[in-house]
Amino acid sequence: MSWILALPIAIPFLTAVLAYLLRERPAGRWVSVGGSAVLLLAAVVLMRAVLEEGVVAGQMGGWPAPFGITLVADRLSAVMVVITAITGLAVSIYALGEITKRVAYLGYHALFQVLIAGVTGAFLTGDLFNLYVWFEVMLIASFGLLILGGTRAQLDGGIKYVTLNLVSTVLFLSGIGLLYGLTGTLNLADLSIAVAQVENQGLLTVVAMMFMFAFGVKAAVFPLFFWLPASYHTPSFAVSAVFAGLLTKVGVYALIRMFTLVFDHDIAFTHTILLWVAGFTMVTGVLGAAAQSDFRKILSFHIVSQIGYMILGLALMTPMALLGAVFYLVHHIIVKANLFLIAGVAHRIAGGTELARIGGLYKTAPLLAFLFLIPAFSLAGFPPLSGFWAKFLLVKAALEVQGWIIAGVALAVGLLTIYSMTKIWAQAFWEPHPGGHDPRLSDMSGFERRALLIPIGALAAMTIVIGFFPEPFVQFATAAAADLLEPSAYIAAVLGGAPS
Amino acid sequence: METLIAIAIGILTAAAVYLMLARNVLRFIFGLLLLSNAANLLIFTAGRLTQGAPPLIPKGADIPPEGVANALPQALVLTAIVIGFGLFAFALVLIFRAYTGLGTLDSDDMRVAEPKEQGR
Repeated sequence: MSWILALPIAIPFLTAVLAYLLRERPAGRWVSVGGSAVLLLAAVVLMRAVLEEGVVAGQMGGWPAPFGITLVADRLSAVMVVITAITGLAVSIYALGEITKRVAYLGYHALFQVLIAGVTGAFLTGDLFNLYVWFEVMLIASFGLLILGGTRAQLDGGIKYVTLNLVSTVLFLSGIGLLYGLTGTLNLADLSIAVAQVENQGLLTVVAMMFMFAFGVKAAVFPLFFWLPASYHTPSFAVSAVFAGLLTKVGVYALIRMFTLVFDHDIAFTHTILLWVAGFTMVTGVLGAAAQSDFRKILSFHIVSQIGYMILGLALMTPMALLGAVFYLVHHIIVKANLFLIAGVAHRIAGGTELARIGGLYKTAPLLAFLFLIPAFSLAGFPPLSGFWAKFLLVKAALEVQGWIIAGVALAVGLLTIYSMTKIWAQAFWEPHPGGHDPRLSDMSGFERRALLIPIGALAAMTIVIGFFPEPFVQFATAAAADLLEPSAYIAAVLGGAPS
Repeated sequence: METLIAIAIGILTAAAVYLMLARNVLRFIFGLLLLSNAANLLIFTAGRLTQGAPPLIPKGADIPPEGVANALPQALVLTAIVIGFGLFAFALVLIFRAYTGLGTLDSDDMRVAEPKEQGR
């Protein structure tokens, strides 16, 4: 049974090796696309197994839990792996049209696949130290991708990204050490039982705060997000899209996992902090975006703002709120990655991402304008797109527990999001190009056009499908949220014993 | 023994934080190195310090004899040291490249990717 758990990690690693060996040949970039497609297949197989059998767990190396390393997929993990595979495939197709020969020679495709392996590993592991290892795999690959090409802006953004993420890593490691000292185990399911027996509950809360800080940096929550808008607009667009879609969401996933499965001993304290963090993250992110005038910088600040919504779902800790958080995660990854990809096309044909220097895209490239409107409106929460349902569920969850203020904040931030999206729309699409240049999609070669636009169209179609047929997705998210709130099936699957 | 190591970890952490508060990114990265070593010591200490025998299983037996040291924290620390070393090497090269590319080690002057602060 364990092979379907190991495949989503092994496939990208094998692809990475192949892509590195073939990096000088034109076939190298197709290896990346092929590997991503196989990964998607493996992810779907895993998802089917989870839907049919509930939580799937496997012990690597044959050591029984809690001694060996456990890989485990519940509904949340499975859906995250599927969405990672979808984003990976979309971005690797996009990379065919964007990544130059030189950057490919420097190892872009190999690093990209290693990054995907790190992300799926983090989603599938059931062991805390193993989670740390996957974070590092992901981190070192992202360091490489971020500075590949070595422009001055990339080096500058890279320094901030690398240093702040390393601080969070060390804190994560210290937290692991202290938690191990308190409980004597690092298996997540085992920890879930062991933390209840710790005498010194105060110390446990301190450790919980260390984890909140460490994952908070990765998830880019207020006040720990500064590395994100400093670096995400510097690398190539394919890289920023996959960063924007996946990396911060691994932090959010880790927060959700740890603060539902392990640290649920003092919800009144920890989750109140999370609630404040959520509110401030939403507001600072959206205000930061309002002050920016660059396509990608606006989008970067919006990542921060949107992370706040997901943390809000975790902080409220009701079935409705967690359902909203899971739904939001899935919707956000698709929409955000897509917006960065569109920024890349705008950059390609209009000659920049600085809003004051581009324009006229609506008139001469209406297809791109249409493709932009779908994720942009979805991000802002226009019905009937996916973002509307995501926001609707979270606001409803907040109102259910009489959280009038936080519900008001969430709605107001939605309005301000529309403001930023209108700003991009008006300056990049509506106004004429300041250089008098007519940006056309036909400026690109036919191959490039297809490589860049097909993934954008596919992701936009997914946004529409989720928006018009939210029912199965909501049902799935409801079950995922129930798993999170009642982790007995997860624990039973990992530690053995009859599933309850 | 635990107390002594705890004090050592505290001193390391304090020195690390002092260095990391500097604007010079090279000092920052040295502070980070100290901090990651403090974290390694922390894991090692959290696994309980015992004067046990090496955790070796004698031939023919299935379990180690009584009184052996806990092998898990050692394995964790070893992994963490290797990973930390790799990341540190990368960070050092990145800082060197940034120094040659940007001409400064002062983080306040690294303003290529972000707007300059007012009044500077």
